[in-house]
Amino acid sequence: MALNWFKFASPASFYPIAGRLIPAFWIITLVLLGLGLYWGFFETADRLGGSNAQKEYYRIIFIHVPAAWMSMWLYVVMVGWAAIGLVFNTRLSFMMANAVAPTGAIFTFLALWTGAFWGRPSWGTYWDWDPRLTSELVLFFLYIGYIALHSAIDDVRRADRAAALLAIVGLIMVPVIFWSINCPDPNQCAALHQRSDLTQIDGNILFAMLAMTFGFWTYSFATSFMRLRGIILQRESESVWVRDLLDTGDKA
Amino acid sequence: MSDFFAQGGYAFFVWGAYGMTALLLVIEVLQLRARQRTIRARLGRLMRIRDAGANDQ
Repeated sequence: MALNWFKFASPASFYPIAGRLIPAFWIITLVLLGLGLYWGFFETADRLGGSNAQKEYYRIIFIHVPAAWMSMWLYVVMVGWAAIGLVFNTRLSFMMANAVAPTGAIFTFLALWTGAFWGRPSWGTYWDWDPRLTSELVLFFLYIGYIALHSAIDDVRRADRAAALLAIVGLIMVPVIFWSINCPDPNQCAALHQRSDLTQIDGNILFAMLAMTFGFWTYSFATSFMRLRGIILQRESESVWVRDLLDTGDKA
Repeated sequence: MSDFFAQGGYAFFVWGAYGMTALLLVIEVLQLRARQRTIRARLGRLMRIRDAGANDQ
């Protein structure tokens, strides 16, 4: 392989790369979220018919589902970086895992919050100990636990390893959330979340949902890289390149 | 226009969900920008203190 990936794996070389990528991710994020919101509010029906009619509040779907997807996906990303850090002992991987965690926690909270605001008009309650709601709440506590454990250990390398192990054990929650449907057949029982089939969704609704999902994804890239640059500066503050950077001023 | 904001009588739920999302995402970005400035200012100050100490000797 001609490209040497380990060259980018050093914090010193990734710091400026992240700085140049952040504005690009912000532009894509604004375009995607603008498109998704416009499509979701103006190119879709006000009400959904069918046996289980949904009124205007179904528009919460355009943030609820993308936030829930991102909450699970960012956890997988965080565990991936934590595992790479444990196996290869690369500093940047642990920093990546640290940088993703708060954004993942925010999307998990938003999935729960928007779900509550959808649940109240549709099910008559903000909260229920439904399998999917409960397992998503556990995922939120796992993010909080990862952040809290990391900040509770003074030695940053030990903190990295301990928090990485917690994150890896917690990965079990992602498939649990995915399959947490207590009622596979809606004709048999009333379930809060039913098995979903993306091919059954109206094209305009699916398009808005996907635009918002990719918008949240690029948003996560932008905020994670911003946080990563702060973490790199703090951890590498004794190194020569950070001193040079502070001397000359940082363009990116 | 007011129809749009009313959301068929579900304004509280629709805007409650979207409002919290917008609020948290904006706060996260502002907090990250402030954090980066604080870190750079602190490191710069530490460096100047160290340089001044080296010159005194």
